[in-house]
Amino acid sequence: MDWDTGNAAWMLTSASLVLLMTPGLAFFYGGMVRGKSVLNMMMMSFGAMGVVGVVYVLWGWSMSYGADVAGLFGNPFDQFGLSGTLVADGVPVAGLGNYPQAIDVAFQVTFAIITVALISGALADRTRFSTWLVFAGAWATLVYFPMAHMVWGGGLLSGAETGLAAKLFGVTDGAATVAPIDFAGGTVVHINAGVAALVLALIIGRRKGFGTEPMRPHNLPFVMLGAALLWFGWFGFNAGSAFGADATAGLAWVNTTAATCAAMLGWLLTERIRDGHATSLGAASGVVAGLVAITPAAGALNPVTSLILGAVAGGLSALAVGLKYKLGFDDSLDVVGVHLVSGFWGTIGVGLLGDGVGLFLGGGIRQFVVQLVIAVVAILVSGVLTLVIGLVLQRFMGWRVSHEAEVGGIDLAEHGETGYETLAQATVLGRENKEIRV
Amino acid sequence: MSKLVTGIIQPHRLDDVKSALEAAGVRGMTVSEASGYGRQKGHTEVYRGAEYTVDLVPKVRIEVLVPDADAAAIVDAVVGAAQTGRIGDGKVWVVPVDDVARVRTGEHGDSAL
Repeated sequence: MDWDTGNAAWMLTSASLVLLMTPGLAFFYGGMVRGKSVLNMMMMSFGAMGVVGVVYVLWGWSMSYGADVAGLFGNPFDQFGLSGTLVADGVPVAGLGNYPQAIDVAFQVTFAIITVALISGALADRTRFSTWLVFAGAWATLVYFPMAHMVWGGGLLSGAETGLAAKLFGVTDGAATVAPIDFAGGTVVHINAGVAALVLALIIGRRKGFGTEPMRPHNLPFVMLGAALLWFGWFGFNAGSAFGADATAGLAWVNTTAATCAAMLGWLLTERIRDGHATSLGAASGVVAGLVAITPAAGALNPVTSLILGAVAGGLSALAVGLKYKLGFDDSLDVVGVHLVSGFWGTIGVGLLGDGVGLFLGGGIRQFVVQLVIAVVAILVSGVLTLVIGLVLQRFMGWRVSHEAEVGGIDLAEHGETGYETLAQATVLGRENKEIRV
Repeated sequence: MSKLVTGIIQPHRLDDVKSALEAAGVRGMTVSEASGYGRQKGHTEVYRGAEYTVDLVPKVRIEVLVPDADAAAIVDAVVGAAQTGRIGDGKVWVVPVDDVARVRTGEHGDSAL
């Protein structure tokens, strides 16, 4: 087989970049919580890497891209353990961009990992680690893989002849006349994670002292480091979703940066007007809001419309993060305000600003309608399934650590560690040297 | 007999207060970080639109042991160097000390200062 080595090299690089996003997210989230729960927050991201990586190899790929079952998910036994995925009849199987399919597996597993990790931001300071790990595997299996199949694997939310979009505006040449556009995962990743975060925040309940005690971010430099790593990794996420080293990848890269720059300014401007200061947390949050919004749209907009999409995303998310106090749900680190809101905006924004297809760019209303339908269906699917998983785990494992553990610090209670020496009061008193057990 | 002069001052005035005390003949002092508030109250911080009132603001505590006769002059030196005229400048107070011992030599009283 004559592989396209340029594509192969870029896609291997992209997969590695996207994998780095999850440790980046660990810093982004870890800096935002109080010092006594930084390790637990970061461990939820790292834990997701462990669990989701394992289930992806066993049945994740097969449920996403294996033989279709009713347009809803792939048959988990079709390519269980990646059998027949990498090599068939003694030769490597070809992937999407004339490179070995092993590279597609590498790329896709990183998406599954980060999507699960994103949800953890709603659960800060109070969630049992064991329940989280079980949730990670269950949610990936029952929600993420089916959603990936529906959108990218030729299922219900794709442009396939049997999909929803084909039912709306008919079929041309064996595919939907107006196919949904989700370039890199506005529905599968961001709406999906955002809705799951909202549902779990409601099931698990508020942290003690939510809305009354100060819960200041303990390390804003961590947050900015995390945002920087996310931005860097997102080039793999978006430009890699071209599945080749080509013009689309280049466009996606430029659009990604354009939207992100504008979103940061949009967020800063909003809070400067509302609160009086342009904050570092606002800059980091605006960056992520922009990255989220451009995700579904990176291949469908031009750089100027990307600026508009991004600026609106920054402003919208900056306004949305205050809702949790008004509505009384403790989405601790604003997964809803950032990922659901900007993910929804980016997904329907394609229908407004998409080159040649958007309402404002001469494309008529049909793309907008299709985008709205897939966004709403994604919300419903994720919401209902997450509710079921969340309640079952509530019943059989319990989500929350004890009151003492939550107040005293979940790091020590769940992991037997503290992130900083002063929290263990070891610095001045030298307590750690008194007794060392090996 | 000696006196303990304690000053709670704005952190940014520390260097000036140290210089003023040295000029007034003080040979040693203890400085520590403190936090608190007086009429100034705290300040507010805003994170993602959520406003937090932070009651305690950073201050510096400076402690000097001096002979009885010098106490008034030392208080004046601290006040003079720490004053900006704005709310939050701090306080200085004096308390009597029964005895002082120098650890190195075992001396007591004024000779230990």
